[in-house]
Amino acid sequence: MTLAPSLKEAMLSAVPSLRAFAISLSGNIDRADDLVQETLLRAIANIDSFQPGTNMSAWMFTILRNLFRSEYRKRRREVEDTDGSYAESLKSHPEQASRLEFQEFRTALSKLPPDQREALILVGASGFSYEEAANICGCAVGTIKSRVNRARTRLADLLAIEGSEDFGPDQSTRAIMAAGGRG
Amino acid sequence: MNEDDKPGRPEHMQTEINQRKSRGRLGRDVQNKIGQQLRAMYDGVVNDGVPDRFVDMLSKLDEQKNGDKEGSTP
Repeated sequence: MTLAPSLKEAMLSAVPSLRAFAISLSGNIDRADDLVQETLLRAIANIDSFQPGTNMSAWMFTILRNLFRSEYRKRRREVEDTDGSYAESLKSHPEQASRLEFQEFRTALSKLPPDQREALILVGASGFSYEEAANICGCAVGTIKSRVNRARTRLADLLAIEGSEDFGPDQSTRAIMAAGGRG
Repeated sequence: MNEDDKPGRPEHMQTEINQRKSRGRLGRDVQNKIGQQLRAMYDGVVNDGVPDRFVDMLSKLDEQKNGDKEGSTP
């Protein structure tokens, strides 16, 4: 069985977002790349169970997520990463926003329970629908929704974002958002 | 003497905070802010593209598979 070129292409094009997901989950670039590699190997080994015409990216996210979860369960007994060694290792791309603000954000993100973190990332960053995220995590849509809500609330508390007062960007961005905020 | 009973404490601010906590819902601008930072972090990695290591890996696997069909137990 050889991997069809179109499948290979689809797998490779999923890699950038798989890496971003893996880094958001694990907080460690090396571990993230290992996760992505293992995901690719599993995807190739199980390509027969991939249904043509469905979303290759979502399928691979599911594999990666399950790999991370089983690894996490194993590791949890050894090391509990509760306060920020996770965030410490996330040092790439400091050019967005202000450095300090960004650092704070990642520290806060690392403090979320894993199920809330993955739900927030899948919906808020990877761009999956609630339904797709529920499929990836193997839970109900309502569960994803409440995890995302709790994650946002917790982040806002951790970052002490109280309404518009200490908001980063600038007035005009906010004005645009407010004007366009019909959706 | 309770410090919290000091006169002049802006009462409306206190109420706002309490309301947000009890409602458990966030304003749109707070959600926007969180979404923005989340995507900034995420997209930073996505923009790295596909590292060579993965392209190489898939090519090698392809060659192997073409060579021998069986015996790929990781």
